[in-house]
Amino acid sequence: MLNIGGLHEGVVIDHIKAGGAMQIYHYLNLEKIDSSVAIIKNAKSNKMGKKDIIKIEGPITVDLDLLAVLDDDITLNYIENDVIVKKRHPNLPETVTNIIKCKNPRCVTSSSSERGLAHTFKLTDRKHRIYRCIYCEQKFKGQL
Amino acid sequence: MKHLITPLDLSVHELDDLLALAGRIYRNKERYKKVCEGRKLASLFYEPSTRTRLSFEAAMMNLGGNVLGFSSADSSSVAKGESIADTIRVISYYADICAMRHPKEGAPLVASMYSGIPVINAGDGGHNHPTQTLTDLLTIKELKGDLNNLTIGVCGDLKFGRTVHSLINAMVRYKNIKFVMISPPELKIPDYLRRETLDAGNIPYTETSDFESVMPDLDILYMTRVQRERFFNEEDYIRLKDSFILDNNKLKNARKDMLILHPLPRVNEISTEVDSDPRAVYFKQAQYGVYLRMALIMKLLEIPDPYQKEELC
Repeated sequence: MLNIGGLHEGVVIDHIKAGGAMQIYHYLNLEKIDSSVAIIKNAKSNKMGKKDIIKIEGPITVDLDLLAVLDDDITLNYIENDVIVKKRHPNLPETVTNIIKCKNPRCVTSSSSERGLAHTFKLTDRKHRIYRCIYCEQKFKGQL
Repeated sequence: MKHLITPLDLSVHELDDLLALAGRIYRNKERYKKVCEGRKLASLFYEPSTRTRLSFEAAMMNLGGNVLGFSSADSSSVAKGESIADTIRVISYYADICAMRHPKEGAPLVASMYSGIPVINAGDGGHNHPTQTLTDLLTIKELKGDLNNLTIGVCGDLKFGRTVHSLINAMVRYKNIKFVMISPPELKIPDYLRRETLDAGNIPYTETSDFESVMPDLDILYMTRVQRERFFNEEDYIRLKDSFILDNNKLKNARKDMLILHPLPRVNEISTEVDSDPRAVYFKQAQYGVYLRMALIMKLLEIPDPYQKEELC
């Protein structure tokens, strides 16, 4: 098995559906952070068969609960001084701003005159992880 | 400050209050002709409209107020690329309340986020048209006396028709409401409405393509147009279009007190021979639209009804 060094401090995003790591990398804008990021694809998993893992070193400034929009089975392992101090699943946020883009061409967010208008989605169905655009009610169901 | 962006922005209690005020205005028009003296309605119509714009403007004038605004995007600063946020910030200094129609869905919500005055959504694309829905409710309330215990037939394009969707969402808040959905199979109500509104609320409904067989069951028949462009081929359209045209023959088994509503414009889905039937109330419905908008302007401007107590005594 591929060996990636352990983290002294940071977060391991575990149990990502195999093939989903790059989507999460872009979704969380990880290309914009200065920390070291390791992406492990197709790691063996007893539970899932295959899974992806992302390790982020250092203090985390991104909102990891946003991951619940895509997949709330993901596990977040918080590491301090080489030890896992907290393990949890991401919680679905009530609203998501400028993460999901509304794709409805009739939505006001698509209008060229509405520069800088935030793309905001609101959670409308927690059970099925359905969000709707606050302007046009276009549905978004995140999946990896 | 309150805005009206979707038909469900008002609670049932607020809605009852609004419809009661509209009813009082309807019965005593003269008494309300100065209640908005010195107030101005900005009529911001980014796309053409006949009935809705004139209905809003007539409503404000009936209350003694004034109207300013534009009736197409070409004659407004949007043609220069101004954002809705900037337009409404400025208009807020010129008027006391505004009615906005816009081709983009959600535009009035954007306006309400930056506005210093109440914003009324006068139609945002194919999305919401709350004053039409409130007008439908006022028509039913005034002519049936109650919004509970009704069997409502909705006919025509149930898949794309926003007026039907809004009416269903508004009526499910009342007691003992049943729906009869009358449409070609291609234009049945969308799944999300069936799942999230009807099934979730245990609202009884039936679906049929047989117009005449369900006619005797209906208290209300809400007609909409079956549009040619909704069909994949001309053959299907020609086959189905006449099945959903209301004429005197189809009405022969309807109840004597059934009401026929239509949001207008009517094209050919109601034969003109029906116009003289006392059950045809679609032009009356347009009249109620003015009183509903008068009441709404008063409520959003927080102008108390000077005659409410008098009527209660």
